[in-house]
Amino acid sequence: MEVSQVDVKQEFGFLRFYYGQHVKRGIFATEGLPWCGGVRFFNYRENSLKMESCNCIEPQWPAEELLMKYQYISDFFIALAYFSIPLELIYFVKKSSVFPYRWVLVQFGAFIVLCGATHLINLWTFNMHSRTVAVVMTTAKVLTAVVSCATALMLVHIIPDLLSVKTRELFLKNKAAALDREMGLIRTQEETGRHVRMLTHEIRSTLDRHTILKTTLVELGRTLALEECALWMPTRTGLELQLSYTLRQQNPVGYTVPIQLPVINQVFTSNRATKISPNSPVARLRPIAGKYMPGEVVAVRVPLLHLSNFQINDWPELSTRRYALMVLMLPSDSARQWHGHELELVEVVADQVAVALSHAAILEESMRARDLLMEQNVALDHARREAETAIRARNDFLAVMNHEMRTPMHAIIALSSLLQETELTPEQRLMVETILKSSNLLATLINDVLDLSRLEDGSLQLDLGSFNLHAVFREVLNLIKPIASVKRLLVSLNLAPDLPEYAIGDEKRLMQTILNVVGNAVKFSKEGSISITAFVAKSESLRDSRAPDFFPVPSDNHFYLRVQVKDAGQGINPQDIPKLFTKFAQTQTLAARNSSGSGLGLAICKRFVNLMEGHIWIESEGLGKGCMAIFIVKLGIPEHANEPKNRFLPKASHGQTAFPGLKVLVLDDNGVSRMVTKGLLAHLGCDVTTVSSSDECLHVVSQDHKVVFMDVCMPDGFEAAVRLHEKFTKRHERPLIVALTGNTDKMTKENCMRVGMDGVILKPVSVDKMRSVLAELLEHRVLFEAM
Amino acid sequence: MDLLSQLQRQLADFTASLYREGFVDDQFTQLQKLQDESSPEFVVEVVSLFFEDCEKLVNNMAKALEQQVVDFKQVDSHVHQLKGSSSSIGAARIKNVCIAFKTFCEAQNREGCLRCLQQVNHEHAQLKTNLQTLFTLERQIVANGGSIPAMQ
Repeated sequence: MEVSQVDVKQEFGFLRFYYGQHVKRGIFATEGLPWCGGVRFFNYRENSLKMESCNCIEPQWPAEELLMKYQYISDFFIALAYFSIPLELIYFVKKSSVFPYRWVLVQFGAFIVLCGATHLINLWTFNMHSRTVAVVMTTAKVLTAVVSCATALMLVHIIPDLLSVKTRELFLKNKAAALDREMGLIRTQEETGRHVRMLTHEIRSTLDRHTILKTTLVELGRTLALEECALWMPTRTGLELQLSYTLRQQNPVGYTVPIQLPVINQVFTSNRATKISPNSPVARLRPIAGKYMPGEVVAVRVPLLHLSNFQINDWPELSTRRYALMVLMLPSDSARQWHGHELELVEVVADQVAVALSHAAILEESMRARDLLMEQNVALDHARREAETAIRARNDFLAVMNHEMRTPMHAIIALSSLLQETELTPEQRLMVETILKSSNLLATLINDVLDLSRLEDGSLQLDLGSFNLHAVFREVLNLIKPIASVKRLLVSLNLAPDLPEYAIGDEKRLMQTILNVVGNAVKFSKEGSISITAFVAKSESLRDSRAPDFFPVPSDNHFYLRVQVKDAGQGINPQDIPKLFTKFAQTQTLAARNSSGSGLGLAICKRFVNLMEGHIWIESEGLGKGCMAIFIVKLGIPEHANEPKNRFLPKASHGQTAFPGLKVLVLDDNGVSRMVTKGLLAHLGCDVTTVSSSDECLHVVSQDHKVVFMDVCMPDGFEAAVRLHEKFTKRHERPLIVALTGNTDKMTKENCMRVGMDGVILKPVSVDKMRSVLAELLEHRVLFEAM
Repeated sequence: MDLLSQLQRQLADFTASLYREGFVDDQFTQLQKLQDESSPEFVVEVVSLFFEDCEKLVNNMAKALEQQVVDFKQVDSHVHQLKGSSSSIGAARIKNVCIAFKTFCEAQNREGCLRCLQQVNHEHAQLKTNLQTLFTLERQIVANGGSIPAMQ
């Protein structure tokens, strides 16, 4: 066919290159596909188109065109990329182990490879190419199409999965991040807790206030890496806070700040740790050095608890009390900030410190109380020992004095009784009798001084016996009349007609009581009369309003004797009446008088009366109105009114054998004296053995001998006594040793006492004297006669 | 007046005179009181013993005082013994002499002692006579059926 020569460019506008072997410039047919179904040539020179048939497929576009060139290059690179992608995939999948979609990868790889192959083969179609190439090309394309469709279909399933994997991954990452944060938080909290525990342990390990506070500051400083830590305590007045402890400075000199500062109030009103300005007075602990930037400051209140704050059921009210201020400063220039957990730590520590301080305070208190008790204990013990010593001393004193007082008493009594037996005029006789009676009374009194101490022990017992009651009163009257008449006082005795004549009781002590009471009446009266009334108390008069504690119980065997002694003397202030019966107590009025009494009398009387199951009291209307002493005692009624032996006046007993069978030993070197003494004792009924030397004495003496009479004018008289003491170590086995001596000097008596004689008798000895001596000896086991 | 009462009267007078003149004192009375049914011859025995003792002592004292160098201590002890004895029976005068004797012994006065010794002898003899009279009277009374009145 003839084709006109037309400019290709003009006709079609583009060039296409085809992969193929032949690429010719020519005009393409407008119809049909430009493949190398034949060879079309264009003979430029001839301007004719000739069709030759060849198997080559002609590319659609001329191969030399620029566009074709670019296509060619791009195809090459695409193929290259397409081949390298699966290689890379394989490499990285091999590297990782967790890729779940391997077969997808394979598929995808195949797809890519085929695409690459397609593009590669396309390279050959830009020029004329043979049919085989076209076939290969086609196959590749078909395959590619198949695989890619399959892949596309597969991806529909895969991509959502992959996407979800991605979302899960994201979610997990978020979760991990959150957990990390939480972990961090927990760790910080645990850290804080550990610090608090450690701090608390440090604080609680001591009960000393200073150590507690110091340790707190030190530990806090260390834990929180503080620059400075300070504690301000309230002063005693409560108006100021004083700097008490700091971390860095050793001895803070007392800076004080007033407590009413707003910043302090702010801190005190909240129980949280509060940030305060570094320039506030409590935080300015160091002189500002100028250029540095102070670190943040936090302050917290520390409640100071007292023992009184702790009620049983509720925790102390925090509104009431005093607080201390703890100020903590972070290091300057560090740009550190207070974190929440650090503030919490500080608050907890402040509370712990409060508790520890209160414990310390309680402990101090109890230690102080214990020390006080111990002191008191020591003092009490001391006082008790002193009291015991005093009592012992008193007892010793009493015993000695008693002994010393008895001795002259016995002398007076003995000599008076001797005197009584001599020739006397009636007046003299009366006088001697009075002397004797008085001295007997005195002897009794002396006994009673010792008795008083026994009274207080409660060991005194009444000597009950039957006696003549009327006689007792008469005796008292007789005794008191001389003294009363000197003072021109009239004494009258009024005995009730129904008063029994005889009664059973302690005659001596009753007499003593009456005498004391009457004596007081006489003593304290300057003028007037004294009346003594005695009668049997009937039940109405027994119960007296003035004796409310007295509950008498009348019975058949007993009666109550009531004695009233009225005087018109000084009288007693009613307020002083209770004191009267106290030992040694004297009122002003009593003491002002020249009274020689020791104040013992009424006290003894009271005790005697009490022993007699009675009651004694004094009534007085006031000073100058006289007084009346009343006492009631219980006495027994004797069964038959026999004449009792009058024990008050020692009368000679009629029996000669007063001491039947009493074994005695007489030691005397003078034969005559020996015989006389033997006769004397034999006359009294004793069983007498005589010896003339101390050797013989010791040889003969035995436990049966009750008394040994020895003449101490013998050369070895005292020696015998000593040897006797040695022989009989126990007092109750030893016979009583009595010295007979004509010596009237004190030396002899002292010597006798020294060797432990139980008695000394002055020679000559009358029968009566010997009788009474023996009686006395056997009763009291001691007899010392004055020289 | 019959014999008994006469004798008793005599005894009473005699005894009173003895007391009056100080030959015996109260101790002698005591001694007499000791005489009872169990020891009827008590006083006689004691008095005899005394006189024996006295003689012995006097002899010893005489001997001691005759020495060239007088042992006054020994003499003193004898005097002491005598004094004791005499006061035991109530021989008042002898006792008084003894007291004086003792003073001389202490003063170591030989002359004085000798003088006292003589006095002792004298008194001794006198007392002996007197008491013998007394005892005789008593015996007579007893023989005549009476009883010896108790001394006051």
